[in-house]
Amino acid sequence: MNASTVAAAAGAAEAVPKASFDWRPVALVLAVMALAVPAVGSTSTWITLTVAGLAMGLIVFVIASGLTLIFGLMDVLNFGHGVFIALGAFVATSVMGYGAGAGWSGFFSIFAAMAVAMAVAGAVGWAFERVIVRPVYGLHLKQILITMGGMIVGEEIIKVIWGPLQIALPLPDELRGAWLFGEAAIEKYRVLAAAIGLAVLAALVFTLNRTKIGLLIRAGVQDRSMVEALGYRIRRLFVGVFVAGSALAGLGGVLWGLYQEGVTPQIGAQVNVLIFIVIIIGGLGSTFGCLVGALLVGLMANYTGYLAPTVALFSNIALMVAILLWRPQGLYPVSNR
Amino acid sequence: MNVLDRILSHDHPRSRWLAAVLVVVFVVLALAPFLFPGAKSMSVASKILVFVLLVASYDLLLGYTGIVSFAHTMFFGIGAYGIAIASERLGAGWAAVGLGLLGAVVVSVLLSLLIGLFSLRVKAIFFAMITLAVATAFQTLASQLSDFTGGEDGLTFRNPEWLSPSFEPFESEIFGLLLDGKAFTYWLLFVAVTLLFLLLLRIVNSPFGRVLQAIRENDFRAEAIGYRTVVYRTLSNVLAALFATLAGALLALSLRYAGPATTLSFEIMLDILLIVVIGGMGTMYGAVVGAVLFVLAQAYLQDLLAVGATAVQGVPLLQDLIAPDRWLLWLGVLFVLSVYHFPTGVVGRLRAWALALKVKP
Repeated sequence: MNASTVAAAAGAAEAVPKASFDWRPVALVLAVMALAVPAVGSTSTWITLTVAGLAMGLIVFVIASGLTLIFGLMDVLNFGHGVFIALGAFVATSVMGYGAGAGWSGFFSIFAAMAVAMAVAGAVGWAFERVIVRPVYGLHLKQILITMGGMIVGEEIIKVIWGPLQIALPLPDELRGAWLFGEAAIEKYRVLAAAIGLAVLAALVFTLNRTKIGLLIRAGVQDRSMVEALGYRIRRLFVGVFVAGSALAGLGGVLWGLYQEGVTPQIGAQVNVLIFIVIIIGGLGSTFGCLVGALLVGLMANYTGYLAPTVALFSNIALMVAILLWRPQGLYPVSNR
Repeated sequence: MNVLDRILSHDHPRSRWLAAVLVVVFVVLALAPFLFPGAKSMSVASKILVFVLLVASYDLLLGYTGIVSFAHTMFFGIGAYGIAIASERLGAGWAAVGLGLLGAVVVSVLLSLLIGLFSLRVKAIFFAMITLAVATAFQTLASQLSDFTGGEDGLTFRNPEWLSPSFEPFESEIFGLLLDGKAFTYWLLFVAVTLLFLLLLRIVNSPFGRVLQAIRENDFRAEAIGYRTVVYRTLSNVLAALFATLAGALLALSLRYAGPATTLSFEIMLDILLIVVIGGMGTMYGAVVGAVLFVLAQAYLQDLLAVGATAVQGVPLLQDLIAPDRWLLWLGVLFVLSVYHFPTGVVGRLRAWALALKVKP
């Protein structure tokens, strides 16, 4: 590339005004955190709650990011996403049960469980895309019905394999307990979960912004037919994103199961509702919106759970209503939706 | 013929087989207390009636307007709880039934109006997600307010005197049946469901119904012609909710009970979806055929699964798959297969068949 084209490219970049970053939703998250300080009263409790909320938010983000990417790229709203969450959590119970028998260390068995859960969820996701979703691309009504049916069947098959009852998913001894900072107690597992969530976030940001595949995905979200016209096989990208999204849901399922220290087959349907709220708040298809929405939901759940436990059950709905009154398309609307 | 034409709102079955099935269903259901006086068969017949109305009201939304709602059981539940709470608080009587019904209808209309105005202006897919979230929250609310709703146990109450099982106005049997309050309740259901079903048929065949179908086919074009699609979608949502509330009230009267498992649970929602798809989306008659097939299957196939399960006792995977508890698995498989391979349902197939016969000779 010679100097003149570089200069021309720079000139073109200046000619197109860069969209200014919309900071108000981020400010909302910080405002919620700040408002909670006087409401909660003691600083140490506030720190505990905030860390718990951020950890929960990051776990929810791991689960929901796959769903919002799948929707953004393929215009498929996967009501069956919950199956992969439950699948991941149940695979984790098996792997960690095996690990306990084989005398693995706690950290090793957790990471083994995550790896296996991601692999299994990804593989099942591949089959799910093939069998359930592929015939109904572009047909919204059928998609909703079919993926809902897939969710029911998946949940029942999980019941056949692992039984219909709750299975305990205890944390390994290394991760039990909390670190004390002054009076604020921070549970070790929450820090680990937040770290994993941040790692997933970093990996997603890197893939989406710095790699060619990420460029194609973002371009596909903006304008699918243009990417196809440029000669890329967007269908392969679809499959890849679906598998990755399912694997992330599996990973999130492990994290969620350990967070609750138990798994039921209904976990998928329960979390499904939560992540729907998150991606509606964030703006359907927007990855960054998904992160902000997940953090908001996590923080609100923990603050209201402490301040008014009965209200906490409805805090998510109330949050969604409030956000949609402010921005009917969600916090970060994706332009062409 | 002219009268029949008016009654059916010019929407004939358009298939000889379908017409025959509908007539048989109508006559059998009308005479059910004489034909099958047993307790189980009577409860099955009542359930068929309630589901015909419930599914027909859902079809107004899904089949005619083309929007998916997961909150239909919420309105069904509001109707049932309205009757139950009023009857329990005020004591048995027609005043309690009337007041409960009125309260339930007001709550349902307001709630559906709110949900509709709120989410239908954005995007149809939003509506599906938001209704799912709202329905889940409502279910939690109903089990939390246990002083009011009886929590997970639900509410048992007494019907007005005429409809209570101990009411026996006649000394002797008529056609081998001692008429009691249960039979009267059943006939009340029958008459109400028939009238409301015909009203729904009237609605979908009115100019208003045509606009709904236009929105289903192409909402952009409908808007361009000059119809405010938001208004029509919201009205459709409110109407569907209203009829679902009435269905819920009828269910409560026939069971003398309202609880989360029979009205609010997600499984009922799945049943509704399955019946609409099996019967045929966008055909009111589909609700009748689907509800009859489905409720009969649910009542008697579960026994069959139990028989099957004992037959394969000891076969490792198979015995888990055929267990009666795994009923929902087969329902789900059936659902997915019918959406793929059977999208027009029984009624659509019968009509296509009749059309093919007409064209050929």
